[in-house]
This record gives sequence, structure tokens and C-alpha cells, in this order.
Amino acid sequence: MTDAAVDSSILRQGLSNIGDMIKIEPKRFTVAVVGAMVNTAMQMTVAFIIGWVVSQVAVPAYENGEVGTGSVAIGVGALLGMSILRFSSMCARRIGSGTQMFQVQAHWRRKVTRRYLALPVSWHQKHPTGTLLSNANADVEAATRPLAPLPFACGTVFMLVLSMVVFFTIDWAIALVALGMFPALFTLNAVFASKMAPRAKRAQELRAAVSADGHESFDGALVVKAMGREAAETERFTVTANELRDAMIGVGRLRAAFEPLIQGLPELGTLLALLVGLTRYQAGAIGLGELVTVSFMFSILAFPVRAIGWVLGDLPTSVVGRRRVNGVLASTGDMTYGTRELEGTGPARLEFDSVAYTYADGSEALTDVSFAVEPGTTVALVGATGSGKSTLAHLAARLTDPTSGAVRFDGVDLRELTHRSLADTCALVQQVPFVFDDTVRANLSLDREGIDDARVWQALAAAGADKFVGDLEAGLDTELGERGTTLSGGQRQRLTLARALAGRPRLLVLDDATSAVDPKVESEILARLKGSADAAGVLVVAYRRATIALADEVVFLDGGRITARGTHAELLQTHRPYADLVTAYERAEAEREFDEENAA
Amino acid sequence: MSTDTAPKRNEPASPEEKDEPGPFETLGRGLRLSPELRSGLAFTLVLAAITSVGRLVVPVSAQKVLDNGLFGPGGPNVEYVLGVTAVGVGILAITTTSNYLMNKRLFIVTETALANLRRRTFRHIHDLSMLHQQSERRGSLTARVTTDIDTVSQFLQQGGMQIVTSLAQIVVATVVMAVYSWQLALAVWIVFVPVSLLIKWLQKHLANAYSNVRKSVAAMLSAVSESVVGAGVVRSYGVGARTSERLDASIEEHRHNQARAIRRSAFSFGAGEIVHFGVYAVVVVLGAYLVAGETMTVGQLTAFLFLVTLFIQPIVTATEMLNEAQNAVSGWRRVLDILDTEPDVADPADGTDLPDGPIGARFENVRFAYPGGEEVLHGIDVEIRPHSKVAVVGETGSGKTTFAKLLTRLMDPTSGQVVLSGRPLTGVTFASLRSRVTMVPQEGFLFNGTLAHNVRFAKPEIGEAEIYVAFSELGLAEWVDGLPHGLDTELGEGGANLSVGERQLVSLVRAYVADPDLMVLDEATSAVDPATELRLSAALDAVTRGRTTVIIAHRLSTAETSDEVLVFDDGNLVQHGPHAELAAEEGSVYAGLHGSWIEQTRSA
Repeated sequence: MTDAAVDSSILRQGLSNIGDMIKIEPKRFTVAVVGAMVNTAMQMTVAFIIGWVVSQVAVPAYENGEVGTGSVAIGVGALLGMSILRFSSMCARRIGSGTQMFQVQAHWRRKVTRRYLALPVSWHQKHPTGTLLSNANADVEAATRPLAPLPFACGTVFMLVLSMVVFFTIDWAIALVALGMFPALFTLNAVFASKMAPRAKRAQELRAAVSADGHESFDGALVVKAMGREAAETERFTVTANELRDAMIGVGRLRAAFEPLIQGLPELGTLLALLVGLTRYQAGAIGLGELVTVSFMFSILAFPVRAIGWVLGDLPTSVVGRRRVNGVLASTGDMTYGTRELEGTGPARLEFDSVAYTYADGSEALTDVSFAVEPGTTVALVGATGSGKSTLAHLAARLTDPTSGAVRFDGVDLRELTHRSLADTCALVQQVPFVFDDTVRANLSLDREGIDDARVWQALAAAGADKFVGDLEAGLDTELGERGTTLSGGQRQRLTLARALAGRPRLLVLDDATSAVDPKVESEILARLKGSADAAGVLVVAYRRATIALADEVVFLDGGRITARGTHAELLQTHRPYADLVTAYERAEAEREFDEENAA
Repeated sequence: MSTDTAPKRNEPASPEEKDEPGPFETLGRGLRLSPELRSGLAFTLVLAAITSVGRLVVPVSAQKVLDNGLFGPGGPNVEYVLGVTAVGVGILAITTTSNYLMNKRLFIVTETALANLRRRTFRHIHDLSMLHQQSERRGSLTARVTTDIDTVSQFLQQGGMQIVTSLAQIVVATVVMAVYSWQLALAVWIVFVPVSLLIKWLQKHLANAYSNVRKSVAAMLSAVSESVVGAGVVRSYGVGARTSERLDASIEEHRHNQARAIRRSAFSFGAGEIVHFGVYAVVVVLGAYLVAGETMTVGQLTAFLFLVTLFIQPIVTATEMLNEAQNAVSGWRRVLDILDTEPDVADPADGTDLPDGPIGARFENVRFAYPGGEEVLHGIDVEIRPHSKVAVVGETGSGKTTFAKLLTRLMDPTSGQVVLSGRPLTGVTFASLRSRVTMVPQEGFLFNGTLAHNVRFAKPEIGEAEIYVAFSELGLAEWVDGLPHGLDTELGEGGANLSVGERQLVSLVRAYVADPDLMVLDEATSAVDPATELRLSAALDAVTRGRTTVIIAHRLSTAETSDEVLVFDDGNLVQHGPHAELAAEEGSVYAGLHGSWIEQTRSA
């Protein structure tokens, strides 16, 4: 693509972006534009008043040595009247354009965050948090940036048209000066805008990179500190920060070159107008008042014309911002939910039917997995680290869909169920507990129906979390802070387990969800789960033998395939890899004892 | 409780200290901290002054043209006007060039200074203590090195310089006005003074509104980040509607605050407009009389009317820029506040290095309480011998992790001291401490990048082959081979492409590669399967000859193979000694823990 093609496409996209934004909030935009037009009209009227004052007040006063009180009063009255109009129209313009921009920002932010909530977990894993934050904040701001000066610029265009009319009415020669100056000014602005585009884009990308680097580094602050890598991290951050600096200096150089020209051109025009005006005055074509009006008009046009420059200058940035926002809005892969509701009560039956799952990079995580969690039973999923257990847990809660095969609740494919029914039926407790920046109560109930304090306490008790929550000063009203950093890992896990239990799911999926809980506490919790009145079916990913022993059946995964099924006792006897894995501690101890005996 | 652990020492102790420092104080501090901003400032100001002279060309030319060219003694004089125009164009050329130079300098100076400020702030945040870092939202820490500094840079490049040129213009316009007519100039100033007071009053309200805008943007970002990081939970509980309500509320709150700020800004800007016309009126009335009294010419009055715009416009511009300045000043203040925060766990200025050789540790009556919280460790006295392998066990909340954090100086004791190889920990340089002592936390954080990149984090100079050897030594070569791209496998943000157990493997290898003399593992293998864990631990034992290892463990298998076991209960060290000895103490805490461990691992 040639440069010109890029430019025109940026201009086209920028204008279409502006069009979209106006459509979102047309009323406020109209108020702002009308305000801007009235405002600029008033400004031009001032030029006439000034011209009139000089010719009708000052010159007679000079010639007669006395002041015409009447004309002074008219001049002052006109000026003060004008000021009221100027004030209100300016407020209309500024408040109108500001609030319009904020409305559009809020509108897009809502849309973008809606997408975040609708897109699948796999999409989230592919997009760094920093980038997503930037999409909802900085990119939305960039996309809407031209809206702030836009009504002003519209008013300016109106003013330019009006002033051309005035110039032509007054005198053709002066109008010619204006005809030469305004296109030059436009061209200057347009060239500036097009040259700015790639630089602004680069600066914006780097700004996002700096933000992502910072976010990641502070997220890993503990590791950075524990390994004493502060200097290296700072070095890494500095590289990006310096690239941003250089990009911004590039932006600055360009601005430094163009802005003074854009400012100086109208002044040059005013001087020319004076010169031309004088010859025309001499020729008797115009009067003194008109000469003053015209030169004054040239001088007041200089500033508003800049507003057009601002809009054009913001276009490239806005196009980039809009493109990123659209990137989120257009992302596909939404999990679509079905329309069926599960009717049954009591424990649900979970079935995996020839399930396979392949990662985006083509590697297979699960191959031909078939088994069921019969209603009310507990199935333990056992396998070495990286054998596909978590993927299976995600499939059970439909955080992701199988590449082939099907997952069913009570015989119904999960893809046919409504989101509500799915969430009500199955609760997944993940390996890494996630705690909302909210109270204990809100973290458990999540505003789901029918979860009152009694049920919250019940769930806390079942999860072995009632004691420490009871010890908190504000009890259920205790604010947990961002990500619940004030709690220990085990406490967070128990809270998230309680959150799952509070919803009385018909199926509970525990993805190594009690790894940070003491073994004793863990087995108590699991025993309670099994013994409780509204026992659910449980699929539990576990390593601990006590946990596994509570299960009715064990499914052993090896390299994404089920290689053995049965009770713990059976597998221990018949399946060597299983026995190796779960009796690792015993064997280690036996070996040690053997060694010690030999040594002795 | 959530805020209880936030260090309180930076908060104002008494209400009268609560007043935020004034904007000028903040600017002064900011300039002192970024001396680069002051370099060549004088030259920039000279350029600004020359640039503002350019704005005088039009009014002065108009006056000359009218008075001398039009009403001059010889009648209209085109040659004279041509001369004036030529001179005017010449001056414009000079001032435009100086405008260019000024802007260029401005960008180079500010961007350079702010890139340095970014770097320093970034480093400083990492230097703050762990507790301090955790008391701040991640998003707001990121804002310190991004948006806050961006507002400062935007302000300095546009607003700040405009304020300077505006002031110069006001001065120059005043001087020229006074030359034409001191009476009129005086009148203009008399109208202007009360207005400036009004503007100042309006500014105060504006500052308030903008500070609310900043707060609501932080809250909004926090809500967005929660919906993104917690996407899995939101999805699996079907609470998307609740989350989007919360998001909408924070978005709306932000919009509302923005709208309020823009209304206040419009009114305070509008005040300037009203004055503009008030000044015109005064000039017209007084000017007419002055012209009638022949103390002023028609050309001078005309020039004066031009000058009024030249005088008022910078005031209006400056007013508006002052609005932006509020934003910038509060952004700057937040950056400076972070920089002013003394790290409470700091690198000692005259510290010593740890002596070479294996590291032993001693806790001397160590107590610890989180700021504003109850004591969680009650006077710990213990000795860890060099070379030994020590397991720390106890129930959740017994103080194990606190012990580990004190041992690695992620926190300092409330009283008592920790001594490493005979040196009080607070007197050991960080360079020595962090290279010799490494802690592997339970939730080992991985960076977005390849597997090799993450291991290299500990030791950048290490080659690909050596990394592979490290994995092999710990018995993980097979695991690496099983990854789609081996060491070049992308791990995703926070290691999202790996399971939690695999992430722990990587952070363990990372620590192993760092080759510390004291290695502290804080439940670092809790999510790894037993067989792998045992293999790892055996491998570690084999390769750690000469190293001291402290392992916070909830699997007692670790304790069984340790030289010594420390048993914590409710913040006290209740037992310590070899496993066999402790397990034999009937009715002891350890015997209980061990009993239930045996029951769990063997009961089936």
C-alpha cells in the first residue's frame, strides 16, 4: 500500500469512527455543535463591533475631541450582551462535547466488558490481563479522543464559511487572501495528521507494552524479590520505557515542526490582509471600519482553526484505539448455551463419552476418555502432574468444550443446557482459589438466589472455614481485599470450597482444590461432604491417599488416556503405574528403612 | 481485616497532617526529583519569550499601519506599510523558528526525564517490602509507572509550556499596553485581579472533582481486572450478570464523575469569557475618552483592542491548563508519594556480605505481628545448622510461612533478630542475601514467555543446554521432552498454559538454577503428584550437598527424610529435633500430625 492509500484509509476510518460515535449520543452532540456555532458567530460579531467602535466611536472622538455618549453606550451594551451569549454557548459546547464523549466511553466500556464476560476461558488465557485492561480503558479513551474538540471544529468550519461570505461581501481582494490562506492551513493540518498517524500508533502500542510489563512484573513481585531480580526487572522495564520515550520524542519533533507553522500562518495572513486592505482602502473600495473588522477576523480565526487540527491529529490514534476495541468486540468463540433445563433433583450423573481434547497448538491433552460419576458417588481422578486432570475438570464444568465426544449431565449434553442450569447443577472448585474484592458473605453468595446467612454459615462449616471466619472481626462482613491477599492459601481454598457448597450443587468438581489445606482438615471436610444430607456427586482430582480412599471409584489418567479404573484397592493390586504413584511415600520410607538396616 | 495488613506508617498520624501538599510544593518536589527537567530550562524560557513576542506582530503592525501608514502626515503611505509588513514577516519567521526549537527541546527534555522517573518509580516499587506491595492493588501500582506519569508528561508538554508562554504573553502584552496607554493598561488589570481570585476559587472545586475522577477510574480498572482474572469463576458460577452489574456501576460512577468535572471546568473557563467582554467594554469606554483627549491615537486604541485578546486569551488558556495541572499534579503527587515511601525492609546502607560457605541460621527471640494485627509468632528461638535439611511443619495458620518469610527477610521481625552465618540479617546486603538465599513460594509466579526464558530469570547468562541439564538433574527431562516445543514452549501469562503442579516444577528448577546456599521451599511442591515430588526431593537431596535447605511442608514425607523437624503450633515452636525422636514423643503435636499423615497415606 502506498503512503497516500494508508492516509486516506486512516482518514476514512477515522471519520467513520466519528460517525459511529455521533450515532451513539446524537442529542448531546447536536447541543455541542449548536453551542459551538453560536459561539463562533458571536466571536465574529465581535469583529464587527470592534470595527464599528473604531470607526464610529474612536475616529469621531479623535476628530471632534469629544465622545459620543450614545455610541459608547451602544458599543458597551452590545459587548455585554454578547458576553452572556458567548458564555452560555460556550458552556453548551464544552459540556455537550465532554458529556457526549464520556457517554460514548461508558457505552464502549460496557460493551467491551460484556464481551470479556461472554468470551470463553480459553480466550482469556490467550490475552494478557494488562492488554485487556488497556482495551477497556486507554483504547476506549483513544478511540473517543476526537469527540472532545469535534464540536469546536464543526463550529470553526461554520465560522470559516461565514467569514468567506463576509470577506466576499466586503471586498474580493481580501477574500482572495483568505482563499489562499485557508486551504494552505487545511493542507498543513492534513499533512500533519497523516505524518502523525504511524508515530502515534507506535507510541500507543509502546504505552500498552509498558503497561503490560509493569503489570506482570508487579504481579510477580514476590518472586522478583525472593530471587533478588529487581535490577534485572528494572532493566527489562527500562528497555520498553526508553522505546516509548524515543517514540514520544518522534511524535514531539513532528509536532514541534508543524504546530508553529499552523499557528504562524494565520498571522501571516493577517499581515497580508492589512497590506491588501490598505491598498483597497486607498482605492476607496472599503472603509476604515471594514479594514479593522477584516484584520481582526483574520486574527481571531487563527485559534479556532487549530481545533480542526486537533480533530485530525487525534484521528490516527482514534483509529488504532477503535480497531483494538473492535478486536475485542469481534472476538469469536463465545460459548453458546442451549435452552434445556435439567429437571431432576438430588445428585446428578456426570458422563464423559469418548471425550478428546486438543490444545490450540495441536498437542493432545485427552484421548478417548469415557467414564461416569454415578449419582451420589465420588470418583477420584488420579494421574501424574500434567496428565490432563485439570482439563477434564474444566470439561465437566463446561469451561471449555471437548474437541470430540460429549460430556453429559443426566444424559443431557452440556452444550444443550442453559448457563443457569449448568451453573446450578455443577460447581467447580479450581486449583488456584479466586477471591473477589468483596465481603466474605458476598464471596460465598455471589448474589445467587436463596443463599442466606444461615446457609452461608452452613457452607463455611462444611468447608472447615467457619472457625477462622468466626474469628474475623467483622465476621461475614469482613472485606477480603483484592484477590483475598490477606488470607492464607489454605483459607482461600476453604472459602472457595464453601462458595461451591453454598449453591448446593448436584455435582461437585474439586480440581485439587484442597492442596493447601492440612491433610487432617482435608479429610474431615471430604468426610463431611460424603456424609451430608444433600450429598452431591463428586469428581475429585487428588493425590492424597486418604482422599482417594474416600472415593467409590478411581479413574487413573496417564498421558491423557484412562489406563485403569476400579476401586483404590483393586488398582493398587492390578495397576503398577497407579500403585507407584500413590504409594510413593510408603515405598520411599521402606527403601529408607531398608537402607538404614543395611547400613546398620 | 483486609486493610489490617496494610502498612500504616505512611498514613498521616494526625488529622492536621492530612492536608495534601499544595500544588507548588508537589511541583517543586517533582522538579527536584527530576533534575533533567531543569537542564537548559533557562534557554527554553528564552525561546518561550521570543515565541510570545511573535504574538505581538499583528497588533503592533496594525497600530503602525493605521497611525503612520493611514493617518500619517503624508496621508496613506503604501511604501511604509510594505516596510512594516516585511519587518512583521521577518519577526514571524524568527519567532516561528524559536517556537519549533522550544517544542522540540521540550519533548526531548520531558520524555527523557519522565522515562527516568518511570524507571526509578518501577525500581522503588520493587524495593518496597512485600507487605507494602500487597497492601496496594496491582492495578494501582501499575498506574504509578504508566498513566500517572503519562498525565505528567502530557501536562508538561502541552499545559505546562502553555502556562509558561501564556505568562510571558501576559507580561509582554501588559508592557505593550502600558506603552500605548498606562491608564488603559491599569484599568485592564483592575478588572482582571478580582477575576483571578474568582478563578482560584473555582479551581479548588475543580481539583476536588478531578480527584474523584481519578478515584473512580482506579475502581473501574479494579472491577475490570477482577472480571478478567476471575473469568473462570464467573463462568462456572454463572454470575456473569452480577459481575456485569458491578462493572456497569463502576463505569457509570466514572462517567458521572467525569461529567461533573467537565461542568465545573466549563463554568470556570466561562468565567474567563465573561471577563473578556467586560475588559472590551472598559477599553471601549475609557479608550474613547482617551482618544478624545488626544492622549491616545486611533491606531493605538485599535492595537489595544487586539491586545485585549492577546492578554485575555492566555489567561483563559492558562486557566484551562491549570485544570489539567490539577490532574497532573495529583498524578505526580502519587508518584512522588510512592518514591517518598521508605522501604521498611531496606537494603542496609553499610551492610556486609554473607561469609562464603554454607549458611547457618539462628532465630533469637523472634516475634512477629502484621501491622495492626495480633502477634502470629511468639518468641522463636532456634538454630539451623549449615548443611542441614530442615522441615517445618504445623497446621495452617501456625506460623510456618511467617517463619520462612522472616528467614529470607521478606519481612522483619517485630522484635528479636534473625542471624545468618553470624550476621544479623538486617545488616546483610541484599545483593549478597538474594544471591545466596532463595525462597520458592507456594504460588510460584511465571512470566509470559518460554520455559527457557522463565528459568533464565534466575540466571540470565545460562545457556539452553545448561537449562536442560538442570531439568535432567531434577529428573524432569522427560517432562520437558513431552512439551510441544520443549524449552521453547510458551507458558502464557502467569504460566497459564501449564497446570499448577507444572508451574511449581518450573519455579523449583528456576530456584535450583540460581544455586543458593540456603534454599527455602514454602510448600513449593504442594500441587505436584507424590511420585514426582519424591523424585524431586531425592534429586534435590542428591545435588544439594553443601546446601542448607528449609522446607515448609504439609506432606510429612519431607519431614521423615529431614535432619531436623521444627514443629509450629499457634505461633510457637513446640518441638524440634529429628523425626524419629519427635514422632516417639507420645501425645505431642508432631506425633498427632504424623499419626494422621500415616492414616491418610496408608489407610486404604
